Formats: sequence, C-alpha cells, structure tokens
Amino acid sequence: MAHRVVAMKAVPIIAGGFVVCLVLFPLITVWMWAETGASLGAADWSAIRFTIWQAFLSALLSCVAAIPVARALARQRFIGRSAIIVLLSAPFILPVIVAVMGILAVFGQNGLINSVLSVIGVAPVSIYGLSGILIAHVFFNMPLVTRMILQGWLAIPAERLRLADSLGLKGWARFRVLEWPMMQQILPSAFGVVFVICLSSFAVALTLGGGPRATTLELGIYQAFRFDFDLGKAAVLALLQFGLVGVAALFTVWISSKDPFAQGLDRPIVHVTTGRFIRGIDTCVIVVAIAFLGIPMLTIFVKGLLGIISLPFSIWQAAGRSILIAAGSTLLCLGFALALARRWGEVLGSAGIAVSPLVLGAGLFLMIRPFANPFDWALIVTMILNAMLSLPFVLRILRPQAESIRTDYHRLAATMGLGPWAWVRWIYVPRLRRPIGFAAGLTAALSMGDLGVIVLFGTSDHATLPLKLYQLMGAYRMDQAAAAATVLLGLSLLSFWIFDYWGRRGAHA
Amino acid sequence: MLTLDHITLRLGAFAIQSDRITIDQGICGVLGPSGAGKSTLLSLIAGFTRPDGGKILWNNKDITVLPPDKRPVGMVFQDNNLFPHLSVYRNLALALTHSTLLSQEQNRLIDKTLERVGLSGLHKRKPGELSGGQQSRAALARVLLQNRPIMALDEPFAALGPALKNEMLDLVADLATERGTLVLMVTHDPNDSLRIAPKTILVAENKIHLPVDTASLLENPPKALGQYLGARSYGQTPK
Repeated sequence: MAHRVVAMKAVPIIAGGFVVCLVLFPLITVWMWAETGASLGAADWSAIRFTIWQAFLSALLSCVAAIPVARALARQRFIGRSAIIVLLSAPFILPVIVAVMGILAVFGQNGLINSVLSVIGVAPVSIYGLSGILIAHVFFNMPLVTRMILQGWLAIPAERLRLADSLGLKGWARFRVLEWPMMQQILPSAFGVVFVICLSSFAVALTLGGGPRATTLELGIYQAFRFDFDLGKAAVLALLQFGLVGVAALFTVWISSKDPFAQGLDRPIVHVTTGRFIRGIDTCVIVVAIAFLGIPMLTIFVKGLLGIISLPFSIWQAAGRSILIAAGSTLLCLGFALALARRWGEVLGSAGIAVSPLVLGAGLFLMIRPFANPFDWALIVTMILNAMLSLPFVLRILRPQAESIRTDYHRLAATMGLGPWAWVRWIYVPRLRRPIGFAAGLTAALSMGDLGVIVLFGTSDHATLPLKLYQLMGAYRMDQAAAAATVLLGLSLLSFWIFDYWGRRGAHA
Repeated sequence: MLTLDHITLRLGAFAIQSDRITIDQGICGVLGPSGAGKSTLLSLIAGFTRPDGGKILWNNKDITVLPPDKRPVGMVFQDNNLFPHLSVYRNLALALTHSTLLSQEQNRLIDKTLERVGLSGLHKRKPGELSGGQQSRAALARVLLQNRPIMALDEPFAALGPALKNEMLDLVADLATERGTLVLMVTHDPNDSLRIAPKTILVAENKIHLPVDTASLLENPPKALGQYLGARSYGQTPK
C-alpha cells in the first residue's frame, strides 16, 4: 500500500518543517524589526564584552575546577562514589533560580560565609556582579565537565591501561602517556560547551548580575524589551546574540564529539593504588566539591521545608501552571524527537540551540502582536519554546537507539506489513522506552524550572512557579521564596524521577 | 510458479542478472560463493530491492513493484526474526492483526501453529527466553501464520548446531509438503540443499542460474562453485 510508505516518510518531514519554521519565522521577524532599529550605544558594547568575558572565565574556571575532581573520582574507590557521580548530573535538572537562591544563602549578603567573616571581623563580601555569576556558572558546569572527563577516562582502552601498568609508569610519565592525551581531546570541547551555555546565560545574569557592569546580551534583550519597550534595539541585540552563539556553537560542534549523557560512568575506571598523600589530597578535593554543590541546596531545602505549609494559594496556582507547562512541553518535545530521531533530524533539531530562547521569544512576541495580546499567550509560548530548548538533548539521547531499531527491524516490519501506527505502537516506542523515559524526565524537569521566556511575557496573572519565585526574591520575601524554592526543587526532581522510573521499569534487555 | 524474467540489478560494483527462470512448487536451494548475490536474490523476490530491469512474476502476475507485505512471500532472515521485547504470542499476533485483542479464531490459529512447530505453551516467553532452536521454530510459526505461498529462507539456521539444524530442515520440508509451499532456501552448506532441496539455483559470477538437480550439480560442480566448495565430494545423498 503506497500511502503507508508515504505516511512513514511524511511525518518526519512535517515535524522537521515545523521545527524549522519555529526557529526561522521568529528570527526573520526579529531581523525585520532590527532593520528599522536603533544603533548600538556604549552600554551595548559593554554588554557584548561582558557576555564574552564572563563566559570565557566561567568555562575556564569550570574546567580548572573539574580536573582534580574528575581525577580524584577516577582513581579512588570508596563507598558512595557512584552516588556522587549520580549527583554530578543533578545540576542539569536543577532549576536555575533555586540554585541561585542556594548560592545566595551561602555566599550572599547574609549568607553563611559572610556570617563567618563578620564573626572574625572581616567586612562582608558582595556576590552581585561578576563574582556571583561566575560562582553560579561553575556550580552548574563544573559537574558537567567532571562527567565529560570521567567519560574520557572510560574511553581509554583497557589494553593501554594494562600496558602502562606493566611498564610501571607512575607519576609524571603516567600523566603524559595516559591522562594528557585524553585531556587534549576532552578539554577543548568541554570548554566550548560551557562557553556556549554561559553565553546564553539569562536567569543567572538576571538574578545575580545586572547594572552597567554585569549585563549580558540576553539580559540586555530582556531589558530593552521589558523596560524600554525598544523593540528595534532588542532585535539588534537578539541578532548579535544569535551570531555570537551560532559561531561559538558551530566551533564547539566542530571540535567535540563527546556525549555528556553517556551512561555507566559509575563503573570503576582506573585501577591504581595511590599513596597516603595523594589519597589525602583526593579526599579534600571531593569533600570541597560536595560541600560546594551540596551546601547551597541543603540550606535552601532546610530553610524552605517548614514554610511550605504557610505558602499562599497563588504559589500553588503557579505550581499548577508550571506542571501543566512541563507536561505539555514534554509531550511536544517527545513528539518532535520521535519523528526526528535520525541524522538530518538531529541537525535540524539542534539548530534551535544556537538561537537563544529570548530571541525566539522576542520573535514570537512580535509575530503574535498584530493578532492578539502576546501576554495572553505567555504560557503556550513558554511551553513550545521549552520543548524546542530540550529537543537537541532529547535527540542526542534517542537517536542512536532509534536508528538501530530501524536498521534491525525495518525488514521484518515490512514483510509483516506493519503500518506506521502499528510500528510506532508495537515496536518503536516500546523498544525506546528507557531512553524515552530518561529524555522525558530531563525535558519535564528543565521545563518545570525554566526562568527564561516567561520573564519576557509573564504577568502576575499567569506566572509560573520560577517566575513567582523571582518576584518573591525581588520583594525580599526570602522565607516565602525559600519555601517556594523547595516546592520547585521537589517538583523538578519528582518529574524527572517519575519519567525516568517509567522508562526503567518497562525496559527490557 | 515463480518467474524471474531477465532480471538485472547493479549496486555500485556489484551486478547480477538472469535469463528467464521459472521455479516450481517444492524446495529449491540457493548456493554460491559469498558475495555472489544469494541474499540479493531473496531481497529481490521479497521486495526489499527492486531490479533495474526485468520482471518478477507469481503465477504470471507481475509483482515487481509490490511492497514486501503485498507480495506472496514470507521471509525468515538470518537474525532479527522476532521482536525481542514482545512475547512469542504478540510476535505471532502481529502477523495476523495490529490490534490488541484477537478474535477467538485467531487465538486458536496461533495455538495450532505453535503446536505444529513444537512450541505449545510457550506463548508468554520472550524470544530471549527461548533456545536457539526454539527461536527458529517461532520464526517459522510467524511465517506460517503469514500464510504466504512462497517461503524465503536466508540462512535461517546458520547459528544452530548440526543436529538441531537437520531437525529444523526436516521441519521445513514437512511444512512445505503439507502446505504446498514454494521454498527458496539460501545456504552456505551444500549438505542443507542435499538434505531437503531436490533442485538448486547456483548464483555465481554475476549470474542467477537455472534451477538444476541438486545432486548432479554437486557431483559435477561448475568451476565457480567447485572453487567455493573445495575438494570435498558431495556424491551421496544422506537422505
């Protein structure tokens, strides 16, 4: 039946076309506005310089901090090691605003560090500005780089490790033969990935930066949009941002090949017996890393837990909206990803990563404006854009297995005459269940915690939980904010866990 | 009656062609050196590959451009014959219907077929929980349920030990006789052909040859086949 074959081919093409339109139309709209737009002032140039500078420093610090942590985790065996490695992937699904609150609770004006400093009579340090942005970026990205380096350790062939052992290579020689070549492969791409992520940093800059000395381009787009309603200027900045991230992302793709989502990182990697001194250093490194990552989260959790009962109804309403958005964007993202899980699909789907969500949001805002009040569409737009943002990650997770299912079973399916629907229902989705669960968990958690486009569009009437949290922080209602942050944290982790559990439970060898 | 009418196919450096060949009901082996195009021949007949020229006919009806599931061909592959995440029952059910619930009659048919291939009561097993021989039986059951007049076997039992393989070959022979099926069986072991296939097609030197008597082909192999077979003699039929 010819129409079956046509339907099989048409679905990915339609999905691909949709994704392209979703990126292209907003971009073109922004472009058209930019032509009539303003020229760049001194403040804009300083925003460009600051964006690049903070991204460079963030990437550098994340890599430098990750190297000893990865090395310690690679060569020491201890109880709880695999738990720590699992924890290293947690920041990825952590809502940025929650992490920022945690960091403030430790490093902020009235935070732990400053209280200690005041006891010993040192003037308090301020976290707002570059230092705060760097701390937050390292908080998020150091674990990512650590995982990438651990993966590099794993990729060293066992034969080479045995060879090094049988040659009795130690210390410097071992480093030069084993570790350094691996680092040369991993570090440039790790640096690039973190650099690109930090170029588009919005929520961190919004909460910890600002002012003439710490404004990123993304923040500039937001301010031009929201405060000055200078659409032309917002459009010019959006194009600059697009160019900047595009070039950096292409460069990173070009130098990198490693997959930060690889599984199985917790298996023992390098079998070496280290002396007491090394072991002591490694222990210190691991303890510091855990403290740096763990204490902020723990502080927020402890502070917020009690306040949950007394949270006003409006917070719970916002939580409800966040859940709906997360569910919707997860569904949408998976729909696209299942259709596009092939080579050209991944290229298309990843195109969105170069375009910052604020640029897309701004474009959609301008597109909707002639027809309706864009603020009424805030939730829908947020849902769609959150789906687009997760699409590159989800495709990366699904594609390898989706392709092997097709090569292994398309002939059997063809002789049995399975149509597209039967194929999806009986073969494609059941066999992909585990990666689907994992990818859906990531999407749901990311969408739940997103503080991006919603800030552009959101009003109090349809605020999501992260936006509500931001407003509470702005109003200095820190107790309520901590409680809301605990709720948000719980929702993000729970949504990840539910989907991932669904995937694992039905998974078959 | 299956007819290959002056087939030509070129895939890069690989090329294959035939004169007008007719294959009648019964079992027909397909022998030849590796890479000569034995599996390609089955792909052409099953509809995974389309010829550049020529026609494929079934009972004088042109099937050259039909998709695989509209052809009179049920195929057993070298591997991946069963979906590993589905039970034997669901694998077989998919050969009959794509819906969740089966009619009583369909369920009875599945029971009967499982019994015929010697897998009674193993409905609920996943393919991974079956032995190699049982997996082959389940694959045969799937093809039986598809109920196509041609059965195309692409070295389906290559992974089985000799005793188990002979058992499966005999099962294929019995099923073919019962149902009057035309069986085309690609094999790299001439003994397989000798055991159950009265006729054999030689695929060698870019050509699909006419089916000839298996025993005499092996007794007196043409040069290309002789090189492939080596110095062994296949004079006596073990059956």
